[in-house]
Amino acid sequence: MSTITDQAVLQVQNLDVDIRTPQGTLRVVNNVGFTARSGTTLALLGESGCGKSMTAKAIAGLLDPVAQVSGGSAELLGEDLNQMSSSRRRQVASPGLGIVFQDALAALNPVYTVGAQLGEAFRIHRGMGKKQAKAEAVDLMRRVGIPEPETRVNSYPHQFSGGMRQRILIAMAVALNPRLLIADEPTTALDVTVQAQIMALLKRLRTETDMALVLITHDLAVVAEEADDVCIMYAGNVVEQGSVQTVFANPTHPYTKGLLESVPGQGQRGQALSSIPGSPPELSRIPAGCVYQDRCPLASELCRAERPALRETGPGQRAACHFAEQVPHATVSQTGSTEKEIPA
Amino acid sequence: MLTYLRKRIISSALPLVVVVIGVFALARMTGNPAALYLPLNATEAMREDFAARNGLDQPIWAQMAQYFGGLLRLDFGASMRTGEDAAAMALRAFPATLQLAAMTMLLAIVLAVVVGSIAALKPNGLLDRFASFTSMIAASIPDFWLAIVGIWVFAISLGWVPTSGVVGAAAWFLPVATLLMRPFGTLVQVIRGAMVSALSEPYIKLARSKGATQRRVIASHALRNAAAPALTVAGDLTVGLVNGAVVVETIFGWPGIGKLMIDSILQRDFAVLQACVLLTAVAIFALNILIDLGYALLDPRVRPSAGKRARRSARRDASRHRPSQPAPAVAAERADATEHELTRSLP
Repeated sequence: MSTITDQAVLQVQNLDVDIRTPQGTLRVVNNVGFTARSGTTLALLGESGCGKSMTAKAIAGLLDPVAQVSGGSAELLGEDLNQMSSSRRRQVASPGLGIVFQDALAALNPVYTVGAQLGEAFRIHRGMGKKQAKAEAVDLMRRVGIPEPETRVNSYPHQFSGGMRQRILIAMAVALNPRLLIADEPTTALDVTVQAQIMALLKRLRTETDMALVLITHDLAVVAEEADDVCIMYAGNVVEQGSVQTVFANPTHPYTKGLLESVPGQGQRGQALSSIPGSPPELSRIPAGCVYQDRCPLASELCRAERPALRETGPGQRAACHFAEQVPHATVSQTGSTEKEIPA
Repeated sequence: MLTYLRKRIISSALPLVVVVIGVFALARMTGNPAALYLPLNATEAMREDFAARNGLDQPIWAQMAQYFGGLLRLDFGASMRTGEDAAAMALRAFPATLQLAAMTMLLAIVLAVVVGSIAALKPNGLLDRFASFTSMIAASIPDFWLAIVGIWVFAISLGWVPTSGVVGAAAWFLPVATLLMRPFGTLVQVIRGAMVSALSEPYIKLARSKGATQRRVIASHALRNAAAPALTVAGDLTVGLVNGAVVVETIFGWPGIGKLMIDSILQRDFAVLQACVLLTAVAIFALNILIDLGYALLDPRVRPSAGKRARRSARRDASRHRPSQPAPAVAAERADATEHELTRSLP
């Protein structure tokens, strides 16, 4: 974190995403806002189905046809992505915003060589010929640490290992030196040692080009190690956000606290693992008040009647809880929660 | 490549022999050619003489041995009717069939790619429903009925095209239009299904995120992936045309191999029939090799260098092309929402 320039690269405000289903319209992302600054990593943390991927897709303009942005804005360097025409988006947003998908095998086109796919961005945006684009592809592959790029550039996606495919996907996303890189669970499909390599690669690229990295993950350990800021989502809503250090040391939302307590730590050896009772509400049955009320130990009448707004709960920390001040400090020490244990 | 070809040739030799034996035996069960070639009042001596001249007096296994012996010397026998070399007759008729098949498949594929791709852009949209409806009808219409109606409307009532023959471009219209229906209808459905599933793949999203235009996304990313399953089906359909658009060739008097085959069956012209079947069998065998090569060209995962796992996943992709509704995105997002990945994923 040597070159934090703190320029707001991506500014998301009051973003809503709806999806149409036969049963009616569902709100999958509700009033989400955050800022990603250059040279830093922002983590969007939450369980499957909490809307973090939808948020990313909405920003990248890659929502499925049944989903649409129904409110709010997402500004890339001051220009609202949702207001752009599709051709303007192609010209401006594509080179400025890179995205890394979770499943690299599915995200790479199986019938083209990786060289052709890596070179595609140069051909589209820089008007390069095949040969030139291929040379750029080789450079990119070298940059993300793929051995023998000169020969591997002619290989097909299925001829690479999972970790190498993820590297190729990352190379593709950073091809045109974007100001913003969105990584949607980039390490979920990989084993632990490769995960660490991929995270190190992302961090290196971020530092080299001073871009903003939005890391979508459900892995608390990754957030603790890699992110500067965190934005915790639950049932389509942001429940708590702030710097990782502050939030993890002193969570002010019961959900955050529950998450941190469910991490196995050194001090709890031999005890039952703590967990949050219940499961997230179905999107069609989100309660009127607080989204977390059904599982919250602090829930009261007020929580059932009125949805809490995000409010300042500490320096640079905001939470959506009526009783933020009553959330007891996390019982797990931060170092304990982030220590990676390799199971014997 | 050469090992592959050698393997294919060896493995297809046995089926070819079985086909020839089958046709040889079945043809002789249709009756004695003497009944057709000699006058009704022919004497017993004339019949015996005819049988002896054509080798029909010998037991069937001896006839067969003699025939296979001839095949090894590339002697396919002579037509009983004209005395001409049977292989020469089959080879002379074959180009007409191949031209008809090629023209039909070319048009069917081009039309189906256009219609199927447009239909896949908005699944369940108006165009999609119209394409589904039309293709369903096209695929189900019986060709003999369509041929007769076609002759009645375009040749007799309107007089735009000749009723039969191969003279002039107009003569192509009815046979091609009739044969076109089934491949067109079937291919529209296959391509539409394959395009819908290809367009919902993450690599399409990635291509869009790179700033690829809609045209580039469809033509070079989705269509290329949809082409492999379409090729398999198109290959099967072509096989159906090559071994005889029998009905259509007969109705329109198209001098192709299908018509020659029917004529030789009706006239118990065994050598010609056998030559026709052998020729089409070899052609289908060659076509299948071409389809395999085309498949490998389209999908690198099925190339011999690709390895077993990749080939398996390519097959899985290819078998997913059935025309179906795309699952709503909701399902994907919510699929395992009840599971606590949070607690599971921690090291």
